[in-house]
Amino acid sequence: MSINPQGDWLADLETIAKPSAKTGIKLDRRGFIQATLSAAGGLLVTATIGTGARRAEAAGVGEIGLFVRIESDGTTVIGARSPEIGQGVNTSLPMIIAEEMDADWASVKVEQLPFGIVSTEAEPGLTWKYGPQGAGGSTNIPDAWSDLRQVGAKVRQLLRQAAAQHWNTDLDRLSTEGGVVRHADGRRISYAALAGIAATLPWPEEAVALKSAKDYRLIGTAQGQVALREIVTGQAGFGIDARIPGALVAVVARCPYFDGELESFDATEAKKIPGVREVLVLPGPKHGQPITENLATGVAVLANDSWAAIKGRRALKIRWKPGPYGHESSESLDQQCRELLKGEGIRCRDDGDFDAARRSAAQTIEGNYRVPYVSHCPMEPQNACVHVQPDRVLIIAPMQSPSGASRVANQITGVDRFNIEVRMTRVGGGFGRRLTNDFVAEAVHLSKLSGKPIRLLWTREDDLRHDFYRPFGHHQLIATLDGRGALTGWAHRLASASKYYRRPNLKPEDMWTPEIYPDDFPAQLLANVRMEWFAVDSGMTRGSWRAPAHTANAFAVQSFVDELAVAADRDPVDFRLAILGQGQEYSYSGHGGPTFDSGRLAGVLRLAAARIGWGRKMPKGRGLGIAAHFTFGGYAAHAMEVSVAEDGSYRIERCVCAVDVGRPINRSGLEAQMIGGTIDGISTARNLEIHIAGGQVVESNFDTYPLLQMADAPEVEVEIVDSDKDPSGAGEMGIPTAAPALTNAIFAASGVRVRSLPIGPTVA
Amino acid sequence: MIKLVVNGQPREFDGDSSMPLLWYLRDHAHLTGTKFGCGIAQCGACTVHVDGSAVRSCTLPMAALEGKQITTIEGLAGERLHAVQQAWIEEDVPQCGYCQAGQIMAAVDLLKRDPDPGDEAINTLTNLCRCGTYPRIRKAIKRAAQLARAEGEQ
Ligand code: FES
Ligand code: FES
Repeated sequence: MSINPQGDWLADLETIAKPSAKTGIKLDRRGFIQATLSAAGGLLVTATIGTGARRAEAAGVGEIGLFVRIESDGTTVIGARSPEIGQGVNTSLPMIIAEEMDADWASVKVEQLPFGIVSTEAEPGLTWKYGPQGAGGSTNIPDAWSDLRQVGAKVRQLLRQAAAQHWNTDLDRLSTEGGVVRHADGRRISYAALAGIAATLPWPEEAVALKSAKDYRLIGTAQGQVALREIVTGQAGFGIDARIPGALVAVVARCPYFDGELESFDATEAKKIPGVREVLVLPGPKHGQPITENLATGVAVLANDSWAAIKGRRALKIRWKPGPYGHESSESLDQQCRELLKGEGIRCRDDGDFDAARRSAAQTIEGNYRVPYVSHCPMEPQNACVHVQPDRVLIIAPMQSPSGASRVANQITGVDRFNIEVRMTRVGGGFGRRLTNDFVAEAVHLSKLSGKPIRLLWTREDDLRHDFYRPFGHHQLIATLDGRGALTGWAHRLASASKYYRRPNLKPEDMWTPEIYPDDFPAQLLANVRMEWFAVDSGMTRGSWRAPAHTANAFAVQSFVDELAVAADRDPVDFRLAILGQGQEYSYSGHGGPTFDSGRLAGVLRLAAARIGWGRKMPKGRGLGIAAHFTFGGYAAHAMEVSVAEDGSYRIERCVCAVDVGRPINRSGLEAQMIGGTIDGISTARNLEIHIAGGQVVESNFDTYPLLQMADAPEVEVEIVDSDKDPSGAGEMGIPTAAPALTNAIFAASGVRVRSLPIGPTVA
Repeated sequence: MIKLVVNGQPREFDGDSSMPLLWYLRDHAHLTGTKFGCGIAQCGACTVHVDGSAVRSCTLPMAALEGKQITTIEGLAGERLHAVQQAWIEEDVPQCGYCQAGQIMAAVDLLKRDPDPGDEAINTLTNLCRCGTYPRIRKAIKRAAQLARAEGEQ
């Protein structure tokens, strides 16, 4: 298995859509639909999305392909294939289908599709039934753009064909609009009246014509998310709300030491608690071995209800043994980074001759930045309902990677993948935490061990102390300026605990790839660029945290660029624009490529600057700060106005976020993602750090891990670029530049340069 | 035996009286709209009304609820949605939605105490939202105040 840098879940998905050795066509994530379509063989074609009327005998019901069902009352039911984690895909993806099929959005009802796999019959292997089903890397919109538009267009085509049959007329006399087929002679017939016939027609195998953008009625509008009513009335079903009849609630005491062990335990008192039914040992990963199931060994209390299970766990007496990281602390990690950076690391990029640039520089500037471990802490703690039976498994859970859940259940139980039913619920936040299915694995183990259906519940303490944390690191940046203050050389040296920690099939030489994205700014814009990485040894489990390395690296890079502008006595916006140069496309090998357009980055930078009123004279104690970054195919910039009081407390007076993610699909959802990303960035930069002491996580709940509250949350003025470029996603673009824009503004207001996160409530 | 009224319905509970109201609602009354976020009264996801005032149900034991009237998110709307729910829809507030039942219950309580809350009053709300919906919550509370006034004038 090849690991896809920056998108472990993409790698996860690739194991489903196996490359085809026989045809030589690589059925990769993005390409497999087209590839299977062009691979001739009808059998293969049946394995692609949206194929065929699902059931010919269902004529009259109106199931047209796999995604659309038109009911006799005119309701158009559209299937949503991806996990809804708050990023709005259950609205935006159906909008894409509805647009191309010309449905009336007011009559659309969205239903969550189950996880679907089908076997590729041309050779043994699995592929997606509905196309990719996951939430990570901001890929849902671009994926949907490449396949779901066809789904919608094919439904529309079948409805027109049905009308042609019905009226016995030529197809080219028929147009569609808002759920109706219109004849050139003025006659009209509703989709509902045609659905029965359309459902019996063969699904078009060849691609059909898509709408031209000028005819869009829905794409680019602002729509409220489809589950609003359910959410505000308490009816939306999250994972934690799922129930399997007869299930026992499981609460687990997990080993608090990184890679530690269970020494002994006494469950006598726990078993006395009314409602406690069973106490079980939950096996964990082997020392130092890859973590492919649950992440720690534990003792599980199974009980009739949540409270009994929680009380039962409290009553357990357990002795844990620290593992090899028993002495790790935040301080020891800082020390390790400082030592490492004295040596030589792995060169991830080395353009031109940085050493020569340094020798001939008029000025050499250095900045050192520290980015702490942070936790995902989605508002909904981890949970899963699982029932393992000898020949089948049922999983109902809030997941970002349902395919991973299916795989881990297969790994633990040996039950055939086709007999593992995976139901996606609404997800109370993801942020990357639920790309890993360790909690599903726990529930599968416990159901298998106990022989009963299990409803696993994590408390907040469990969630904060057993996460796959955002990597910690020290960044050393060195730049050279010539006599006129122009940037001539750049070195980024990063010592970090790689996101790739105890994953299977990892090669040491791949460990840097999720930490430094070598085509990031200012690579290619400058002749002499060096990027160097140093491996920090830490027992902390790490993983993908919203926009992974972009949050850490954009903070370091965009802070440092600001320092350079000061050193060069240049305006920070002009200085950045000078580096970006003439707008031009550069190659970008990482996720979000294949190209990076410096003109689009300059565009959002200018837009943010204009909106905040850049260049205004500021009163004492106030300052403007700015930052811009390219994240996974999208461009974003933040500009903030900050006031710093005498006592060092600071306030965001205004906050602008400018974004170019290509063509906006749902404006309200896009704006929400930018607001949310911005607040997340501010919250994390201001307050959040996970500390380590004695080989354990120190923080345990929101009292010590204080998320931003209303009083400190600024209004976010979102500027959306009206682009006609193909859309990227939007879930991660709004976060990376929030922290550096804030700290740059703090510097402008106070002269205090924040180089270590979190900032804290005051600046010194 | 503890007797209480939940969303207008009389109920009885004879289980563990140390059980927080949150778990009674979710596990025994089958009202899962009220959410678990922290269990230590820090996040507000579990906010319900007891005798008309907002409380965090995760730390409120059943023993303290004899004779009390509980309203949960499921019981907030009458024939029509409550003005706060309506405003939440109009402003498209939720992202993941997990915190929103608590946010709404807290906002309803605020509007009872202050029918025309300014930013200062809204800033006293301490319910957490991991998705960062605060700016839209602020707008929605102001809109709800308007809607409620308009309803009152009808
Ligand atoms: S769950 Fe009650 S305040 Fe967090
Ligand atoms: S909407 Fe997700 S936590 Fe508030």
